[in-house]
Amino acid sequence: MADVIYPRLIGARLRSQMSYRASFAMDFVTQVIAQWYELIVILILFTQINALGGFTRNEVLLMYAFAGAAFGVADLFAGQLDNLPTYIRTGSFDVLLMRPLGTLPQIMCSDIRLRRIGRITGALAVMIYALTHVPIEWTPAKVVLAIATPIAGSVIYSSVWVVACSVCFWIVEGREFANAVTYGSNAFTSYPINVYSRPLRWVMAFIVPGAFVAYYPSLALLGKQDPLGLPGWVGWTSPLVAALAAVVAGLVWRFAVRHYRGTGS
Amino acid sequence: MIEVSELRREFKVATSKGLRRKYKTVTAVDGVTFGVEAGEAVGYVGPNGAGKSTTIKMLTGILVPTSGHIRVNGVDPSKQRRDLAKRIGVVFGQRSQLWWDLPLVDSFDLLKSIYRVSAQDYRTRLDECVELLGLQELLITPVRQLSLGQRMRGEITAALLHAPELLVLDEPTIGLDLESKERLREFLSDINARRGTTLLLTTHDLDDIERLCPRLMVIDHGRVLADGPLEELRAEVTPERELVIDLREPGPAPDVPGVTAVRSEANGLRHHLTFRRAEMTAAQLITQVVRQVEVHDLAVVEPEIDDVIRKLYQRQVAQDIRR
Repeated sequence: MADVIYPRLIGARLRSQMSYRASFAMDFVTQVIAQWYELIVILILFTQINALGGFTRNEVLLMYAFAGAAFGVADLFAGQLDNLPTYIRTGSFDVLLMRPLGTLPQIMCSDIRLRRIGRITGALAVMIYALTHVPIEWTPAKVVLAIATPIAGSVIYSSVWVVACSVCFWIVEGREFANAVTYGSNAFTSYPINVYSRPLRWVMAFIVPGAFVAYYPSLALLGKQDPLGLPGWVGWTSPLVAALAAVVAGLVWRFAVRHYRGTGS
Repeated sequence: MIEVSELRREFKVATSKGLRRKYKTVTAVDGVTFGVEAGEAVGYVGPNGAGKSTTIKMLTGILVPTSGHIRVNGVDPSKQRRDLAKRIGVVFGQRSQLWWDLPLVDSFDLLKSIYRVSAQDYRTRLDECVELLGLQELLITPVRQLSLGQRMRGEITAALLHAPELLVLDEPTIGLDLESKERLREFLSDINARRGTTLLLTTHDLDDIERLCPRLMVIDHGRVLADGPLEELRAEVTPERELVIDLREPGPAPDVPGVTAVRSEANGLRHHLTFRRAEMTAAQLITQVVRQVEVHDLAVVEPEIDDVIRKLYQRQVAQDIRR
């Protein structure tokens, strides 16, 4: 019974958007273009070089597409957490607390922006192109991995989003920080991580588990050795990392809301 | 229905900006104790910053108390927020729980699912509210296009769809015009009487209390200063009432024993007289006044709620000093 409500909340949100049709259509197109913006950067880059960190153009495109799709889905559900400061400042968060539902799912369903599907569509197109143009020895397990990767990736991104935005319960204007982490990690994961400096790599790979969104699963699919020396099975652990990230995010959110109810700031 | 004892709530407030912030502790609610029985209608009043909203937030489980004991419907609000949410309704005058861009009825429909109200109950309750609050025409209007008064009626309907035993209203009439206020009061007093819904409302508006709440609680500086029927409090703290008379011809104020002419206006056309509640009724005074002068119009002015509260507060301070 309780599970029926969230789809309905999302439906309500979609109907709200349709009440502004023109702006919806424009946003949708903008989002598709925005997603391809970086694609163009990668394509231009590869007219000058043959490989980036030991990866061909199509291999990099695969990582870019995994990251893009995962980020797109996460943005769809967790992106509205960017509005958290407004919720807190205007007291709308109190309204969420008045209802017999959890606060996090309520916020997630509060503002599903359909136009973001533009972003996901763009990324999926590139993903299909890349998957069919890179040398992969397909096995049933790899098919499962290829499907699981964007899903696990979006869970990882969403978790990062939840954790980063929880900062806003302490610093109401923490949005800049949160955005640096969320959008920043998207930019990061679109490229092979061995092109980055070691400290950044460590932070983004293991503290913010961004490398598990695209890089390690891509290695496993391509059957490549990790230039950084991690064993091959690491690429198969993304769903596990995603589950762990979700648990951590849930705990952080709970702690943050408890802090809010304790201070009421 | 509500049991509160020695409720305290402190906040840390930054006193300086920058990296090295200093904090001081402000006590918003300072040892509040009261009880509300099922079916009562209680007005909770006090000036801005008195601790009203903080109390409400603790009663509804939004804020966790610093110390003290609360039971609402037999439940500890801060520990069982969701259980409690199913059984109470909350209306905040200055924030909305409706979906801004959707027709009003869609919000009701969503709340029906959130609170898991059966289709049949939903129909009956919605129909009742729609009829009594005159919402028929507004159901398909997007909430953002409703006037404040219309929206408030929507908010109250929204809070009643799950038939809460307790309805908490924080400033429900704030910013409304007289007609809208009156309509809301009538409706609330009706559901209190007929359904037995317990009401707890905070307000600045004395008329809300007069029309709705047999019982008044006054809070200031986080403490309950008085608790009882409005008339009793008024008689107790402001023993003097005022009679304003407009004369046909300018002239001196009538001279009645025990009555003080505090001031006159318009060159002696209007006089303000104060008299003691305990010594005479307004009717007795008027009888004596019209014997002496020719009266064009008159009005009995009761002390404003702000005066009552101010007096209560002064009395409290005086007691504290004596102790």
